[in-house]
Amino acid sequence: MIALTSDPIDVSAALRFLQSDQAGAIDFFLGVVRDNTQERPVDRLEYEAYDRMAISEMQKIADAAQEQWPILRYTIIHRKGTLQIGEIAVLIGVATAHRAAAFEACRYIIDTIKQTVPIWKKEVFTNGESWVNAHP
Amino acid sequence: MNSTISVLLFGITRDLTGQSAVSLPLADGTSVSDLLSQMHQAYPALAGIRSLLIAVNGEYAEADQLLAQHDEVALIPPVSGG
Repeated sequence: MIALTSDPIDVSAALRFLQSDQAGAIDFFLGVVRDNTQERPVDRLEYEAYDRMAISEMQKIADAAQEQWPILRYTIIHRKGTLQIGEIAVLIGVATAHRAAAFEACRYIIDTIKQTVPIWKKEVFTNGESWVNAHP
Repeated sequence: MNSTISVLLFGITRDLTGQSAVSLPLADGTSVSDLLSQMHQAYPALAGIRSLLIAVNGEYAEADQLLAQHDEVALIPPVSGG
């Protein structure tokens, strides 16, 4: 399951979706809004997405992960809009029979999302703002 | 025959231009790299961005890909999801 959403991410619902009698391992990665960047205090993050392409690029990543590991179920949920400190910005969940594949697939999915999926975050500081990664 | 093509803008490129889409003239045989040059000419502030890619119809495009009037074109600044 892949989703881009303006609503808070429901971790319990994701867990229920991933559970099955064959799933001996379920791995989650949660990306959470931190209160600082290199010690500069962050007030909030503002996420923006090119929706149709963000979904299709996340689907490509999930498909590639399924080719590399025996994944029973996966879920990828990314927030957009304004997020406050402590909110979950992204959830990756992978269910497999054994733990090694779940760890590896989960890491592959989040690392690749950060490289290819057209989603952008702006850090809003108490004294200014900046699009992450945009400048040399 | 000259036509125009619309380019979707996101993140820092939307902030720099103040618009979520811009319209540019499209000559026959315009490639992705031609369009990027046109964008840089029209909006010199784009030069301050680390990298800019173009997506055509929701897929990352190669520099030599040719554009057609009804393509959905988007300028993709460095992504920062997660």
